[in-house]
Amino acid sequence: MQVKRTPKTYDVCVIGSGAAGGTAAKVLTEGGLSVALLEAGPSFIPERDYKEHVWPYDLPHRGAGVGGHGRHGFDNEFLAPNGAWEIEGEPYVSAPGSKFRWFRSRIVGGRTNHWGRIALRMSAVDFKVRSHDGMGDDWPISYEDVAPYYDKVESYIGVFGTKENIPSAPDGIFLPPPKPRCTETIVKKACDKLSILCVPSRLAILTKPHNGRPACHYCAQCGRGCMTASNFSSSQVMIPPAEKTGRLTMITGAMARELVVGKDSKVTAVSYIDKATREERRIHARAFIVAASSCESARLLLNSRSSLFPDGLANSSGVVGRNLMDSVGSDAGGYFPQLERMPAHNHDGVGGMHMYLPWWKFDRKNDFLRGYHTEFGGGRGMPGVGDYDDLCDEFEGYGPALKRECKKKYGTYIGFAGRGEMIPNENCYCEIDPKVVDQWGIPALRFHWKWSDNEIKMAKDMQETYRAIVEAAGGVFIPSGDQDAAHPYGIADGGVIIHEVGTVRMGERSGTSALNQYCQAHDVKNLFVTDGACFVTNADKNPTLTIMALTWRASEYLLDQAKKGNLGA
Amino acid sequence: MAISRRDILKSLTATAVTGSVLRVIRLEAAEYAHRMIKAEKAAADTQAYTPKFFSPHAYKTLQSLCGTIIPADDEAKGAVEAGAPEFIDLLTSENSEYQLSLGGGLMWVDNTCIDRYGKPYLDCAADQQKEMLDSIAYRKNAKKDPSLGQGIEFFSFLRELTADGFFTSEIGIEYLGYIGNTFVSEFPGCPPVPET
Repeated sequence: MQVKRTPKTYDVCVIGSGAAGGTAAKVLTEGGLSVALLEAGPSFIPERDYKEHVWPYDLPHRGAGVGGHGRHGFDNEFLAPNGAWEIEGEPYVSAPGSKFRWFRSRIVGGRTNHWGRIALRMSAVDFKVRSHDGMGDDWPISYEDVAPYYDKVESYIGVFGTKENIPSAPDGIFLPPPKPRCTETIVKKACDKLSILCVPSRLAILTKPHNGRPACHYCAQCGRGCMTASNFSSSQVMIPPAEKTGRLTMITGAMARELVVGKDSKVTAVSYIDKATREERRIHARAFIVAASSCESARLLLNSRSSLFPDGLANSSGVVGRNLMDSVGSDAGGYFPQLERMPAHNHDGVGGMHMYLPWWKFDRKNDFLRGYHTEFGGGRGMPGVGDYDDLCDEFEGYGPALKRECKKKYGTYIGFAGRGEMIPNENCYCEIDPKVVDQWGIPALRFHWKWSDNEIKMAKDMQETYRAIVEAAGGVFIPSGDQDAAHPYGIADGGVIIHEVGTVRMGERSGTSALNQYCQAHDVKNLFVTDGACFVTNADKNPTLTIMALTWRASEYLLDQAKKGNLGA
Repeated sequence: MAISRRDILKSLTATAVTGSVLRVIRLEAAEYAHRMIKAEKAAADTQAYTPKFFSPHAYKTLQSLCGTIIPADDEAKGAVEAGAPEFIDLLTSENSEYQLSLGGGLMWVDNTCIDRYGKPYLDCAADQQKEMLDSIAYRKNAKKDPSLGQGIEFFSFLRELTADGFFTSEIGIEYLGYIGNTFVSEFPGCPPVPET
């Protein structure tokens, strides 16, 4: 087969169009550079492909998906397109004794089309953990370095929240928060009794018109994708301004395979498979930003072996694929009898929590290091498939009594989800599987995973906290149903929280890190990795906002280097 | 030329809508789109349903069981009117595990009825049917009689799918009193919560 060569050399080639890739495309094109943006999935049309405002009964499968396969889990039919735990023809492997799950999105905008819009800043101590408690490593940057970029991102995308002066949860630039739902007023009251912090949440959803985008219309369906772009997605908020500059070339259906290195140790091109034709093509550029998602980015580097870089590109330190982290996740719930007596009312709100519990025990010694925040929700949402499984199993029977019980209990449950910081350990990493390739011929990833004691103690604390809150609110606690020997205290399998980061980490020294503080490879000066892969730690803050802030910072650095003529030929 | 649903939806996504006048148009367009979807559905619903997986006899049994699990009462219609059997048949036609557990489960019910009463479930008298279902509607019965285990598993799964079919229907959603899936310009917050 002939390798097709695109003659043009772009200033920058960005691989991946999600939170990181979209941000890079916007900042770089607006800064005057030409950008080729590669995306492994297709583009889409929101009004055709989003299922916003669709009722379950508008779909033959009612949201359960073909064969009922989406009945459980995150990939139901309503979800914004092309995000899934398994992609046909694109396998990954969990090593024996490990279980890791990898949620991937093959679509313009990547996982920003379905993410929870939770936009939390890392705090000062989150960047300096080793100095604080001796575990893990410090970042080569501090909160002060990133804060101006948090400001830029929040100002541009729009985030609601309130100024609270909580050391573990720095304030940002906020739009006003929406009013609390009933479930949130109940939990807030209980938290006040227990001296647990419960404050308005911080979500990238517009409560006022912002930068030409209309305000939220409160249908609670952000995960389906928003036709009015009133929440943040890279596809609707970052990529349109980049396109407007006329300097963006979007290439969809492009599965990056290998970064090609020249004699001067610089990347000259990316080889990719054009999925439509299954042909190999190349894009040439002066600089490359890898933003394919943490594990996909590590995979691309590890698959880019050459005589100059026999262990994979930018991997002289051997850290690529290592240091893999997810968030510690453990869920529980409660039944709240007072909600049985609530009159029917519109409970929808935004597509996510209006209030949350930031980490509140930062001022004392705990049984474990680091912290967690808590997301919660429930109440009178749109009924969906699977909603009545637990009640049916508990109540059993059949007939009018079952029917009335379901109505009586509708909207009376609140679920709690702890999201905590994991300390990286040597048993958690990904590598190239020696045998398996995907349908494009690209060697697949193999994951290794093991929680350490600290995470399990944290999950225990989550369960205890949620019991205390539910009981303080007069409810009946429902512990995690997923507790077994492999999941003590209901701790989720690695990858399940979809906060995987750390696989191409930054650091001051080239021996123990792959990137410098600007996400630039120590070994390869025109290569940047700006997605979650660059993280040194995985604070109890959902990574997306930080990914965008770090990408914005790296992109400005790259622009500056270009101006100085350091971008290369 | 009639305005298509697509045109309406497109108008919803017009960019840079910030003025209050445009906002009203947006809301009206949304409601209009909802009405059109409903009208399309109503027109399609008039034809009789041909099961995709279940045999005519098995499908009739399925309908009967769905109707017994969530029956019509004076407050609302039941699972059959809500389309639960069609929904279950569709999923089963696409899933070999469902084919075993539901297809086989329905056979188990008939086999057991034949053993007990000499005829398949549908031909049994009302009190026999009730006796049959009462024996498989509760897990604790398997402790006394382990031979009910498979029937209990089947019924438990069918109960979940019937609840899915009912509560995701227009009838079921109205019965629960879910209010939402609309466009509102401000979220109203919580009405007063009754004290425990």
